[in-house]
Amino acid sequence: MKRWLPAPRLSLLLLLVWLLLNGSLSAGQIALGLLFAVCIPLALRAYLPDALRLRRPDVLLRLLGVVLLDIVLSNLTVARQILGREAALNSRFVWVPLDLREPAGIATLASIITMTPGTLSCDLSADRRHLLVHALHVADEAALIATIKARYETPLREILEC
Amino acid sequence: MSALAPWLDYLAGSLVLLGAIFALLGALGLARFSSFLRRLHGPTKASTLGVGCVLIASMLVFSPGPQASLHELLITLFIFLTAPVSAHLLVKAALQQQPELRPAAPPAERDSPN
Repeated sequence: MKRWLPAPRLSLLLLLVWLLLNGSLSAGQIALGLLFAVCIPLALRAYLPDALRLRRPDVLLRLLGVVLLDIVLSNLTVARQILGREAALNSRFVWVPLDLREPAGIATLASIITMTPGTLSCDLSADRRHLLVHALHVADEAALIATIKARYETPLREILEC
Repeated sequence: MSALAPWLDYLAGSLVLLGAIFALLGALGLARFSSFLRRLHGPTKASTLGVGCVLIASMLVFSPGPQASLHELLITLFIFLTAPVSAHLLVKAALQQQPELRPAAPPAERDSPN
């Protein structure tokens, strides 16, 4: 099992993406998808990261909902800021201290920060304990950090770490 | 493509319009702001919702029929995977070109000898 399917979840994802791409559930497409699902992870075996243990699917779903909601809400905010006076904006860098240690978790957090408007994740400090975030408008630096930590980092830690 | 129910037609139409408005705002941000980092906020953000609206509209229009249209889900997945990475690389390139933009290291790192 482990030998032929080094990453079962990746295999499942590849199969799903293949079937979605072709928009078909015919036997031929399923066979082709299965072939890719087995061969691609085998070919990439040397480069695959260690499998993550995902706990708390309920928290994962909630995080997904929170992120989607935040994308919509903050899109509206940024739209207003684009139309408003530029001089009113207080753009600056903020170092966000990280409690999250899992590299995949940090990558996810950085992506979430970029996708939720008003903030861009720019860099990770050399010791991986601080994330450099650029914010289009900062009213209160401490509040921004607290929001990021409470809304995104804490759920990610519950999902990836214990 | 068969004729849509009128309410579905209106819904899809307004979503396309809304998506176009957000895409326009993203482009406007890119054109209007003065510094590189601010300009990056327009296209990485406002366009997320713009693309999202257009994709939902596309699913509404093309789904009734023999099979649901699910390509849009893949497009969403790929956008969410690629947009943050490209934005990240653009910022890294900017900080490399203009080191004076980079803020001081965080307090913890300043203290450590490394």
